[in-house]
Amino acid sequence: MQQKVFEHRLSNGMVVLGEPMPWLESVAFSLLLPAGTQNEPKQRLGLAGMTLEMCQRGAGPYSSRDIVERLDFLGVDRSSNVTTFHTTMSMAAMSRVLEPTLEVAAAIVLEPHFPEDELDEARQSALLELASIDDDPAQKCFKELKRMRFGEVFGRSSLGSESGLTETTLEDCKQFHRNHYTPDRTILSLAGNFDWDRFLVIAERLFGGWKGPAYVGPTSVASIPGNSHLKHDSQQTHIALAYDSVPYNHPEYYQGRGLVGILSDGMSSRLFAEVREKRGLVYSVSASAHSLHNCGSVLCYAGTTAPRAQETLDVTVQTIRSLGNGIDPNELKRLKARVRTSLVMEQESSSSRSSQMAHDWAYLGRVPSRKELLQTIEALTCESLLNHYKNHPPGRWSLVTIGPDPLEFTDAVS
Amino acid sequence: MQFRSEKLSNGLEVIAEVNPEAFSLSLGYFVKTGSRDETPEMAGVSHFLEHMMFKGTARRTAEDVNQELDDLGSQSNAYTSEEQTVYYMSVLPEFQHAALDLLSDMMRPALRDEDFQTERQVILEEIAMYDDQPPYGAMERAAEAYFRDHPLARRVLGTRDTVSVLDPEAMRAYHQARYAPDNLTLVAAGAVDFEQLLKSAEAMTAQWKPSQAKRQLVVPTYCNDSVAMVHPPATQQYTLQYSPGPSYCDDARYIARILGTILGDDSGSRLFWELVDTGMAETAATFTQEFQECGLFCTFLACAPEQDEENWNIIQEILSQGKDVPITALELELAKNKICSGMILGSERPSNRLFSIGNAWTIRRKYETIQDASEHYRQVTLESVQSAFEALADRTSVTVSVGPES
Repeated sequence: MQQKVFEHRLSNGMVVLGEPMPWLESVAFSLLLPAGTQNEPKQRLGLAGMTLEMCQRGAGPYSSRDIVERLDFLGVDRSSNVTTFHTTMSMAAMSRVLEPTLEVAAAIVLEPHFPEDELDEARQSALLELASIDDDPAQKCFKELKRMRFGEVFGRSSLGSESGLTETTLEDCKQFHRNHYTPDRTILSLAGNFDWDRFLVIAERLFGGWKGPAYVGPTSVASIPGNSHLKHDSQQTHIALAYDSVPYNHPEYYQGRGLVGILSDGMSSRLFAEVREKRGLVYSVSASAHSLHNCGSVLCYAGTTAPRAQETLDVTVQTIRSLGNGIDPNELKRLKARVRTSLVMEQESSSSRSSQMAHDWAYLGRVPSRKELLQTIEALTCESLLNHYKNHPPGRWSLVTIGPDPLEFTDAVS
Repeated sequence: MQFRSEKLSNGLEVIAEVNPEAFSLSLGYFVKTGSRDETPEMAGVSHFLEHMMFKGTARRTAEDVNQELDDLGSQSNAYTSEEQTVYYMSVLPEFQHAALDLLSDMMRPALRDEDFQTERQVILEEIAMYDDQPPYGAMERAAEAYFRDHPLARRVLGTRDTVSVLDPEAMRAYHQARYAPDNLTLVAAGAVDFEQLLKSAEAMTAQWKPSQAKRQLVVPTYCNDSVAMVHPPATQQYTLQYSPGPSYCDDARYIARILGTILGDDSGSRLFWELVDTGMAETAATFTQEFQECGLFCTFLACAPEQDEENWNIIQEILSQGKDVPITALELELAKNKICSGMILGSERPSNRLFSIGNAWTIRRKYETIQDASEHYRQVTLESVQSAFEALADRTSVTVSVGPES
């Protein structure tokens, strides 16, 4: 696992990271801007997404159509999204077109035109996307869980609200861009086949002159327990469940993540075995670790036909609590095997590596090496996992169900 | 990168794209069986069987199978389509032998009665899950209306009714007929030790007997039809149209795929600029679906119910403009770049290559490198795409629309 991660700070504070993977033909980058839904004014929910959309409707020397045609011409695979704390643009392409691809990305971020005549179209797109979630109960369930669990500011959805989107003006987008698209705390992470020195020259040329206000981050995020049901005329009841855990920047994060792995990673994991394999209650059941600044949670999902929903919820909670009865050495062995494999396979994808590096830097201010990660995982023991469970037992539960009927859940208030 | 292939004495073909530089390898059994090979009464048996294959063998319990898959640190799964059932694993090279042993053993499942009953519940949950999701069965309904008595009309998951009455004995017979070595291909990609793979496969499948399984190939007859479905909880309107397109064995598929990209890709296409970029529709897309002897050119629209009619008319107009608004050289070049670059980027993972080479070999008995595949697209001419576009104007079609009550 040979690995070299370059780090550099441009004169304006923007962080540039690079991990050469010369065995690939591709290169991928993630551009993480400190502009998330938490930065939206209360009356303008959805503004972060609208601003990102408007930035892509003409920037620098490119019209809206030019941007799409240029990226298609270069063969760039791209995506962009908004989360609580960030706006992210990710692109992957053949390494020979890195420079022209970065030029388009820089124009979008630094020099958007904000064309007046496209605002309504961008708004209509956003409203449609918001409306479409009503036909996706599983996603709606998690949207509601997030809203309830993390509150008015940190529980916002990137889809925004109907009133927020309707009232957003071009000036709102421009102001959001001015205030939050800023080099301070912006991360550009690159992975794949590239030359670092050459890349630094390009990064400095494109982003070095960028100026913007200092970033003001969140002070603290705390979870809010609770229980809610949304009535929906469906065959299945969707269950979204959350409880407190430790966040990504916590010294014991991998103990907590290990427990989630034992619950949900792989086909021998406890939730899959107990809820699906033994009882046939669901097609889909899972748990994942989730971090929001200093607030860590485990999020769980199960979907099952309504008459079996109560049993599914009960067995799911019981299975989570079974972690307190101890961890089998074979479970730990499988967990370690999976991590080893995924760390090796991470070297096959420039896209997943570049986004992981950006995520690491945003949370930790550094990029841990594969070697360090492997050592941390190898050091996990059954005892350390059990101790972690005892010191951080599941608590502050949130439950959201969507389906014909509500479910009984007493843990929600504990 | 080297292609290797060999046929074992029991008829099992073993193929591999060997890349000694890769970090991992992917292995898969590609079974040439799917919903099209079922009888109407047994609709869903291929998919149900796929679930049962993880439920243990003569020498492994269901728990053993799941635990060993995880012991190997593998990323593994399976899927069933109209034409194939595929079981695959990605592992580190040192686990090649153990992975093949497990996967090969799984191909001879115990199919125990009690597991069958439990797993039936999981399948019924899966059916309920898809019934609740957009486009609420429109795809299945469109296939039924389009293919009628053709084997491709059947649903991959079967129906609640067929799955509820399937019995283990019938599944065992189906397994015996379809999972024979001459109807399977063992496919590998990445850091494969091919000599070792052959040796292991020979030993592990020595008892397997060929069955001369057949597939009925029929060119469908086409008709025009239109179906309106109501799904009261829906908030959006979803419209899907199937028209004839080239098969997976027809070189014209490269033309149709390029045309689908130019007209209805999710970014930069004619439908995108007209309907999606303008905020009139959430999705407006054209794409192809290919089967062994026939294919589909598909159109899909998702939007607010009150805008459906207007949007659908716009789509029909755009698709009929072959003569008036010809394809430009720029559109063709952008589509080719997009498709070829996507293929190359995707090919960096051996697991993605596994599907490309496995599908091509199972259905067409052909191996192609990424460069070969790109070349097919590069050679498509403006005239051929233009002529396929013009032909859309008088296509036959089946249209299914589903949404809330109006």
